[in-house]
Amino acid sequence: MNEYRITAPFAQETAKRLRAGDYVYLTGTIYTARDAAHQRMYEALAKGEELPFSIKNNLIYYMGPSPAREGRPIGSAGPTTASRMDKYTPKLLDLGMIGMIGKGKRSEAVHDAIRRNGAVYFAAVGGAGALLSKSITASEVIAYEDLGTEAVRRLEVKDFPVIVVIDSEGNDLYETAAQAYRKQA
Amino acid sequence: MRNIRTADVTAAIKEMCIEANHFLAPDMREAMERAAKEEVSELGGQILKQLKENMRLAGEEQIPICQDTGMAVVFMEIGQDVHFEGGSLEEAVNEGIRQGYTEGYLRKSVVRDPLIRENTKDNTPGIIHYRIVDGDQVTITVAPKGFGSENMSRVFMLKPADGVEGVKNAILTAVRDAGPNACPPMVVGVGIGGTFEKCALLAKKALTRPAGSHSDIPYVRDMEQELLGTINDLGIGPAGLGGSTTALAVNILTYPTHIAGLPVGVNICCHVNRHAVRVL
Repeated sequence: MNEYRITAPFAQETAKRLRAGDYVYLTGTIYTARDAAHQRMYEALAKGEELPFSIKNNLIYYMGPSPAREGRPIGSAGPTTASRMDKYTPKLLDLGMIGMIGKGKRSEAVHDAIRRNGAVYFAAVGGAGALLSKSITASEVIAYEDLGTEAVRRLEVKDFPVIVVIDSEGNDLYETAAQAYRKQA
Repeated sequence: MRNIRTADVTAAIKEMCIEANHFLAPDMREAMERAAKEEVSELGGQILKQLKENMRLAGEEQIPICQDTGMAVVFMEIGQDVHFEGGSLEEAVNEGIRQGYTEGYLRKSVVRDPLIRENTKDNTPGIIHYRIVDGDQVTITVAPKGFGSENMSRVFMLKPADGVEGVKNAILTAVRDAGPNACPPMVVGVGIGGTFEKCALLAKKALTRPAGSHSDIPYVRDMEQELLGTINDLGIGPAGLGGSTTALAVNILTYPTHIAGLPVGVNICCHVNRHAVRVL
């Protein structure tokens, strides 16, 4: 288990160095999208339209924040459950998305797409939205503003703490970590 | 008979929505402290420390503990000698939610129609459970419920022959399947008995019982303690990344049921198990 400081967006060579269990501090630009935004992006692609941002080498953070108080970039900002996006994720990975930040298990199809594309799935700590908001320095809605908290946002992050859960070889920390502490069959 | 103004209900619910989303009740804070001391995994211990720091920041800087500030579940226990004046009670409750979520910078997470999915933009309506009780007081419990864990909750319609072992297996199945998705360490609310809907409601209500308290019924108390141990032996751990703290509490409520049935509701809640109580 290693610790890295990585600038986002990043290329496949960087993703391929990461191993399940590594602790990573992300700095740079990431994008938010959750259920409703994924559905819209998926429909846009089906119609042959462009996505609202360039997906190549970028990370999507599954997150819908609480409203920002005056003078702050964002409200509470922790991860939402990733499996609800499983339906849409393989397509986005095939288009060059380098990874996702969320929480919880992923489907077999997402595992396959991560391996196929040399990508990475990170977890941020669920329910630590106040703490995680401190690593977000700027936030701007760039698409689907009518969706409210579910709009697509461009975030600037500094030392945003995440853990590699699924690496480019398909290792899954959720499977290995629990086994290590299991006391029964 | 005692008159209570519905405007007072609105004011109380507004304050409780804001309070519950920024401060956990003492029972949950103590349960987290205990877990942080006892966790055997180093990464698990670090995560529990982060969650404590998260709680401190939430209170001091008024940032919601979790961005999912939930759907507002409200339990209204209304004394039968109470008379409400000043308009509709149902509207007063929803007005409290509306004001709390709008003025308190809480997230609006409710869609008006489950399939058309247009956000109501004020987090109403809430989920309101009324119960008529003796006396002339009104006890209001506001429990904002996040959906990461709500989605992992289950109802099992077991057979009487499945017995205690069947119930334990059902609870363990729900917890195992929830795993990292439900933001462990979790609180497990269980309702045993009643009907299909009653066991689910009991499970929800069980989540509002203080963590660390136990049932008055000896066999239920034993089951709560045993299951907490068994669940923590699953190894799921804080954030699902391995460790000895998977659940902070197992709270079980029971109710009479039919000769042909054994309904079991399992309502899972993350570590942000919010509940605020007030008596009017």
